[in-house]
Amino acid sequence: MPINAERSRKKLTSLKVNGRVYEKALSPISTLLEILREDLGLTGTKHGCELGECGACAVLLNDVPVLSCLTLAVECEGKEITTIEGLADGNRLHPLQTAFAELGAAQCGYCTSGILCVAKSLLDKAAQEKKSNPGRELSRAEIKEALSGNICRCTGYLKIIEAIELTAERLNLFHRCEPVREDR
Amino acid sequence: MKPFRYHRIKTLQEASHLTQEPGAVILAGGTNLIDMMRLEIMNPAAVVDIQSLPLNQIETLPSGGFRIGSLVRNSDLAFHPSIQKEYPVLSQAILSGASPQIRNQATVGGNLMQRTRCTYFRDGISPCSKRNPGTGCSAEHGYHRSHAVLGISDSCSATHPSDMCVALAALDAQIVLEGKKEKRTVPITEFYLLPQNTPWKETALEPAEIITAVDLPELPEGTRTCYLKVRDRSSYEFALVSAAVVLEFNQNQIQKARIALGGIAVKPWRVPEAEKLLHHSTPSKKLFQTCAETALKGAKPKKDNEFKVELAKRVILHALSLASKTKKE
Repeated sequence: MPINAERSRKKLTSLKVNGRVYEKALSPISTLLEILREDLGLTGTKHGCELGECGACAVLLNDVPVLSCLTLAVECEGKEITTIEGLADGNRLHPLQTAFAELGAAQCGYCTSGILCVAKSLLDKAAQEKKSNPGRELSRAEIKEALSGNICRCTGYLKIIEAIELTAERLNLFHRCEPVREDR
Repeated sequence: MKPFRYHRIKTLQEASHLTQEPGAVILAGGTNLIDMMRLEIMNPAAVVDIQSLPLNQIETLPSGGFRIGSLVRNSDLAFHPSIQKEYPVLSQAILSGASPQIRNQATVGGNLMQRTRCTYFRDGISPCSKRNPGTGCSAEHGYHRSHAVLGISDSCSATHPSDMCVALAALDAQIVLEGKKEKRTVPITEFYLLPQNTPWKETALEPAEIITAVDLPELPEGTRTCYLKVRDRSSYEFALVSAAVVLEFNQNQIQKARIALGGIAVKPWRVPEAEKLLHHSTPSKKLFQTCAETALKGAKPKKDNEFKVELAKRVILHALSLASKTKKE
């Protein structure tokens, strides 16, 4: 067999994405990002730099945010993958999606799905920690740090942070010092 | 990305056997390897995925100190309660690098093995002896603002990009290597090789060997530490200069000092001559200044990175001042 054909031989892999199992013959060279978009039709996850510099392709792997452009799809067998398509519950938006819509926290929207996945993980983790530590609250600094790998080229960071704070406030994970301005 | 054979292995023997194959590489977190493969700077014939190996534990060592499995994720290491308490300098260093998503993926072994961010190395086109042996160094007469001033040679002045490894160097970490007949440990300072005229040879890792753990010696009570990093923007950026400082105190006297520098050297850089000045001394600004001057004595800056020499001195001075005021919790 020619060397490249041998090396590109596909491997039958089962991927669990947003609770659904997909059986796919995957080439080892495909990244998770490519498989999600091109084979599974889940185009909510975005191609950005594809070098781990922008965060547009962030998804959750076993509830932890990772970059799907730096992950081979074959590595993900046996893991739970959550993409932006898995955030809403049927027609019911995730509280973060509601808050982002209410505050207009997306401009071109290209970075939004990565940011929502990262923010979901941050809120879920804080909610988990609150069970053993009732005083647990998120701070703006913590939100900014969590998003430090997500680049918004429209530079609309303020509204993004405010929308996450608003969601956290609604989940009793954030205490606001000043009310959100109505005109924002 | 060029095609490769993918092996997901279950035992160290399997991994060791497969990595002897020419052109085989080890895949752990992948944050640097997949990046390099996408850029087609690294084009392995085989990728040996070792993520199923049981190397993700953080354990105490019988002799004191800790053993960190090489597959421990950077986030898990940085937020581990014992590490935060006993080696705050290591947590600080890890958390000052990359982004949370990358730290969730990246492993300790992978962080040790990450390649330089030199733009000439990464562009895949420019002459670069690290990438294509014998082609020369484009940074030498090119733009070299981000390049090293310590440990450089005519064939390479690319910096080692890691923050974690700078802290490990200041902690006298030992790298545990397995796969050959004899399991061996190598001090981190000897694990990295100087570029000299073979810049493509970066580490002491031999074929069939795999990093299985990093050992951290115990720090005496009263040790004070600090990691200080200066960069072009306040997050998600590599260091222009960084310093990890470990000061062993007895009352108000420094007994022993270890200083490691990042961002300005070809490998995590210890400065033994400068450290000696601090042994059995009383901390003072003047002493710290002399120490910083000594640390940079061997620096060989070029036109674009001359600023790094002065910057490094100030970072050392500041890191020493901060560390001597910070009591170990």
